[in-house]
Amino acid sequence: MIESDAFVQALQDMGGDFFTGVPDSILGGIIAELMVRRLYTPAVREDEAVGMAAGAYMAGKIPAVLMQNSGLGTSLNTLISLNMIYRQPCILIVSWRGQGGKDAPEHLVMGEVMPQFLDTMKIPHRTLTEKTAVEDFKWVAETFMKQRIPVALVITKGVVKGLHP
Amino acid sequence: MRPEEGTLISRAQALAALLELLTDQPVIICNGFPSREAHKIADRPTHFYMIGSMGNAPAIALGVALAKPNKQVITFDGDGNVLMGMGTLATVGALKPKNFIHVVFDNEVYGTTGNQPTISNVVPLEKVAKAAGYVNVERVLDREDLVYEFKDMLKKDGPSMLLIKVNEFAEDAGRVLHEPPDITKRFMKAIE
Repeated sequence: MIESDAFVQALQDMGGDFFTGVPDSILGGIIAELMVRRLYTPAVREDEAVGMAAGAYMAGKIPAVLMQNSGLGTSLNTLISLNMIYRQPCILIVSWRGQGGKDAPEHLVMGEVMPQFLDTMKIPHRTLTEKTAVEDFKWVAETFMKQRIPVALVITKGVVKGLHP
Repeated sequence: MRPEEGTLISRAQALAALLELLTDQPVIICNGFPSREAHKIADRPTHFYMIGSMGNAPAIALGVALAKPNKQVITFDGDGNVLMGMGTLATVGALKPKNFIHVVFDNEVYGTTGNQPTISNVVPLEKVAKAAGYVNVERVLDREDLVYEFKDMLKKDGPSMLLIKVNEFAEDAGRVLHEPPDITKRFMKAIE
């Protein structure tokens, strides 16, 4: 399991310096660590978080947006009619609720279709594992810089230490 | 309604008055006619013209304002836009960025899609902003008050909202001609 502080440090090491989003339990440890480091600006909706990240990017920041995968639905229009067409990148840290059909009912549909959903929206994505973490972060940084569009790092349950061990 | 027929000024007249008072401040302009009209009146590299993502103008402006605390950041918004992204009034009110000015052109209709009514005739958006935590809010009905209040807001710590009641008249203004990626690059360079 990856420690939350190591995860946040990896994001900061790749230049990440603006963090916003809407919480999810899987991301609880990461958000707590961001708050300890006074780096987190909470948003009320995922599309707002993506909009704030776009503004921060244009003002010289490397932004990351945290959300559960249902937030991809909420922020979809912003991702495609702002970020994609204006070439405004951000790092999407997306928790994979409903993976493998084992979760509350509201997460099951998105949980099943999320990889295809991201493919259809042409959002590059990769699922973090402890073994490949170094490469995964490197891939995120390179894709961000090269493509200048949102890039998603998907977090499955138990990969990054949460609030409740 | 033509501007000369009503008592309210048009959005373009309001925009012209505001742009006269601005120099190199970053201005995030919402999608639809506000961006087209602002582009026609004065095309500045410090303007970020939106063509989609309705409701997100103040969120983008907030991101700029938080990242550049020493620059006063303005957003030009509409009533339909504010209603769509109303949660952002709460985020701005809670974070209280001092360098944030939210201008709302309130014509009570979705102008770009054919003047279908919004609900801002019965929901006073500046009062929503005030309740959410904006420090200064003003509602103005004519050019003279607009100029007075906007000058005042430029001198004060925000967040501030200036709601301008305007008529439904839309200028004959074509689409913004810059390509979206070029708008991003130009804006980024201009506010560096």
